[in-house]
Amino acid sequence: MDAFRDWLLSENVLGAAFGLVVWDLLKIIVLLVPLLVCVAYMTYAERKIIGFMQVRLGPNRTGPLGLLQPIADAFKLMFKEVVIPSGANKGLYVLGPILALGPSLAAWAVVPVADGWVVSNANAGLLFLLAITSIEVYGVIIAGWATNSKYAFLGAMRASAQMISYEVALGFALICVLMVSQSLNLTDIVMSQNTGRFHDMGLGFLSWNWLPLLPLFVVYFISGVAETNRAPFDVVEGESEIVAGHMVEYSGMAFALFFLAEYANMILVSALTSLLFLGGWLSPVGFLPDGFHWMALKTAFFLFMFLWIRATFPRFRYDQIMRLGWKVFVPITLVWVIVVAVWMMSPLSIWK
Amino acid sequence: MAFTTFIFYVLAVVLVFSALRVVTARNPVHAVLFLVLAFFNAGGIWLLLSAEFLAVTLVMVYVGAVMVLFLFVVMMLDIDFARLREGFWKYLPVGAFVGLLLAVEMGLVLGGKYFGLAAMPAPAPTAADFSNTREIGRVLYTEYAWPFELASLVLLVAMIAAVSLTLRKRRTDKWVRPETQVAVRHEARIELVKMAAEKEVEPEPEAAADDAAKA
Repeated sequence: MDAFRDWLLSENVLGAAFGLVVWDLLKIIVLLVPLLVCVAYMTYAERKIIGFMQVRLGPNRTGPLGLLQPIADAFKLMFKEVVIPSGANKGLYVLGPILALGPSLAAWAVVPVADGWVVSNANAGLLFLLAITSIEVYGVIIAGWATNSKYAFLGAMRASAQMISYEVALGFALICVLMVSQSLNLTDIVMSQNTGRFHDMGLGFLSWNWLPLLPLFVVYFISGVAETNRAPFDVVEGESEIVAGHMVEYSGMAFALFFLAEYANMILVSALTSLLFLGGWLSPVGFLPDGFHWMALKTAFFLFMFLWIRATFPRFRYDQIMRLGWKVFVPITLVWVIVVAVWMMSPLSIWK
Repeated sequence: MAFTTFIFYVLAVVLVFSALRVVTARNPVHAVLFLVLAFFNAGGIWLLLSAEFLAVTLVMVYVGAVMVLFLFVVMMLDIDFARLREGFWKYLPVGAFVGLLLAVEMGLVLGGKYFGLAAMPAPAPTAADFSNTREIGRVLYTEYAWPFELASLVLLVAMIAAVSLTLRKRRTDKWVRPETQVAVRHEARIELVKMAAEKEVEPEPEAAADDAAKA
């Protein structure tokens, strides 16, 4: 791979500046195309798994085992008309879905999927992630306002309040992770979980961050579910109350972009949870090799958790969501920041 | 022209344009969104100056939180555009004065002897693994620990003040304690009664007689 990069950047092919742009574009394509395929098949997996949990068959008509269903859905959505309501603010109405999908794909720039497999191995990767995920809310707000409909607007207001609230808890959880790993670089954060007493005994999975930071691990994942507006935190689009929230008037590909953004976010949260707390691509035991397959396995597990939670729990009431975020998660994470700080400074520190 | 210079000019042009649109846009929601764009481009320029921590914090705090709340408030305004535009000539002198003051101050900074480019040499190039965040953290918690703590105290006071100003206890609020809600058991709410599915009913003699008469 390095040889190919050097060849691309050499003077007689593309030159250093232009070659670097092409090289980065290639990396982005290699990351995003499988990601979008995963997003498409995530919708299939969701319908199949929830179908299985509810003793139904799920999609089984298009292709063998219904495997072509996501492609059929994509075709249908692509050829449908994007209806723009007459009272809508046209420019912003179109901008909304784009702003929803953009950040959820841009966040993948700093996410490593295996050792060295990353588009940009940025020093401040975690900060970049925090910043990018915090602007995801704009798509929802703009869509809700530009639609010029009460339901959409209510959905947008719920969404912005909910996403800002849970970002606080998410941020504090990340602070603890960066405290114990002494780095903002995601590759370094994973590598810092590759040391310790249990790792030397060949039981790497006990050295990962999830065990010393157990409350934060739980808070992080639940906040991640809330941040992506998935059930049981899906009051943003709660169909029993406000039909479909901010996307009530969207159709065709504009609606599909919201859908893509939601699933890309789910995959992002799952990948981040496995990177930050479950050692990413590290093998759980000493005698098995590290590699991308572990990362894929862990991410798939969390994605399954998303669906499992959705099939299991009833939707939260809105005030209960706010209470959980502000009165339960924020205090837990705040206390745990102090606990970890004292722990790190004490002689009992396990991160020396 | 180096590539970074090109990027700088792109960011600067978009920044100036969006900043102008903030004050000229008719619709306040558009103005807020242009302000978001301006912050974003300012963050990009800071990134070019290799101040990545400041850049990301700008985006995270202002774009991610403050502007969302701004947008939140502005979206809920019921705007009367005619009323919004009246009094233009009344406010023009004040506005022009503030604008002029800003321009003079900027001129002083850019053209002054102590602030010019010559007085501020470019910072020494740093190693590839130099962490801006670590440096800021180190300085913030050692050299500037007291000012930092003081600032956080001021913010805490402001926060408590804001909460106490807006906190109203209304008598009409219906409030359920979450812990009692969680502690509810089904035995307290519902009583299951066991009874036979069917009950033998003796036909009343009068009704039976009526039926016989009708027949």
